[in-house]
Amino acid sequence: MASQDIIARSATTTVPPSVRQQQEVAKLIDTTKCIGCKACQVACSEWNELRDEVGHNHGTYDNPQDLTAETWTLMRFTEHERDDGNLEWLIRKDGCMHCAEPGCLKACPSPGAIIKHANGIVDFNQDHCIGCGYCITGCPFNIPRISQKDHKAYKCTLCSDRVTVGLEPACVKTCPTGAIVFGTKDEMKVHAAERIVDLKSRGYDKAGLYDPDGVGGTHVMYVLHHADTPKLYAGLPDQPVISPLVGLWKGFTKPLALLAMGAAVLAGFFHYVRVGPQRVEEDEHPIPADESVHQVDPSVHVYDPTKPGGQGEQRP
Amino acid sequence: MNDNKPILRYNANERSNHWVVAILFVLAGLSGLALFHPALFWLSNLFGGGPWTRILHPFIGVAMFVFFLGLVLRFWRANFITANDRLWLRRVDQVMLNKEEGVPPIGKYNAGQKLLFWTLLVCMLVLLVSGVVIWRAYFSHLFGIEVIRLSALLHALAAFVLILSIIVHIYAGIWIKGSIGAMLHGWVSRAWARKHHELWYREVTGDKTPGNHGRKEG
Repeated sequence: MASQDIIARSATTTVPPSVRQQQEVAKLIDTTKCIGCKACQVACSEWNELRDEVGHNHGTYDNPQDLTAETWTLMRFTEHERDDGNLEWLIRKDGCMHCAEPGCLKACPSPGAIIKHANGIVDFNQDHCIGCGYCITGCPFNIPRISQKDHKAYKCTLCSDRVTVGLEPACVKTCPTGAIVFGTKDEMKVHAAERIVDLKSRGYDKAGLYDPDGVGGTHVMYVLHHADTPKLYAGLPDQPVISPLVGLWKGFTKPLALLAMGAAVLAGFFHYVRVGPQRVEEDEHPIPADESVHQVDPSVHVYDPTKPGGQGEQRP
Repeated sequence: MNDNKPILRYNANERSNHWVVAILFVLAGLSGLALFHPALFWLSNLFGGGPWTRILHPFIGVAMFVFFLGLVLRFWRANFITANDRLWLRRVDQVMLNKEEGVPPIGKYNAGQKLLFWTLLVCMLVLLVSGVVIWRAYFSHLFGIEVIRLSALLHALAAFVLILSIIVHIYAGIWIKGSIGAMLHGWVSRAWARKHHELWYREVTGDKTPGNHGRKEG
């Protein structure tokens, strides 16, 4: 797949192939145009041949309730009451954000199980996945899910198979209102800017683009009416970053720890070479027992049944 | 004095318990290191590949903890820190140089061994608790993401301290001739006991005479 060069690879410390230049792609989700029809969910299931189990209605429009290993995208519905008393129905298509600095990739211990393509798509390679779930630990958006069937991690691929051959992702293809568009990241930013001008002219002063810097920008972006409070949209993080705990866990500390372990072994070796082992001299040259002196071993008590009152101190 | 009669330092149960823990430590350590740093991922091949390493590691770890508890129950009384231990720690530089001037006589364990004991216990407890939290297949869904992240960090940290401690422990066995035998077949010579654990020697032999402590060694 030469058109999708891998530019980052999990658990790999050398530089992956990165000579060829590629334009970054992005999916732009305009929450202000979304009608919540879930056609994108259906298109995702259909293209990726996923059939999640039929669940239960919990009294909300969210269906299923959460992302799963077989549901890679999900409409999340929020009923938001504005200050003026009007109700707003905020609908956000949730799924992998395809971060420029993916927390999942940073956390993954298995070489090549998570890769980032030159066009920005972050993909899981289930063949290399070991099922540890560290990607979940690393993700700032709570996206990856481990399948209970095969214990592999799954998430939105941004239809990397379609994008490779010049098609748009299935959800984009099917969206009836044009709320989801796809193109180069630069084009999508221009498109978003036009949308934001329009929204502001219609009273949405806080309209804006969600392309968070904390993860180096994302390759799935949102146009939000309330870009100042992303949290409104079913808990979209205001300022997502790879958790400092994950940074410390998977950062400079690990090579240092390896170095320290190696140094400890070397320190032992050179202590042996320079100071030498501790031997007990008597073990090598035992002092011969003097036969003329009757030896008493205080740890040995002899019981002689022939002597009466054998309870007392009896030694040979 | 009968200098040829050896002393039993560890009985068969104690020795077996120790080596069960040691074997489980090696397995848990190698499988854990495979996931610790990409440079060591090849170690996962020893366990049948990445997924098997992921599956086996926590079970090995729990087994190690259970058997380690056996060692704790056997030896914790002998590992209380005493005044002599503080003095020993101040003289540890002499100990490191195989010198004995000013090094106080010690009981069954010296201060270094006691510190190792308590360090291992703390590490094992942290590893068990944090390991359960990050055990994705069975337990992680019960915990919040921040708890899982903290546990992943603590698990790696405790494992690092544990491995360093065991490196020291293994080297001490290689350095102090006679101590590996104590754990392999159980017996130590009287001279060994008198030299390295004089108070313990006097306790088990009933020898009241002051030992040859302070005598210069080569």
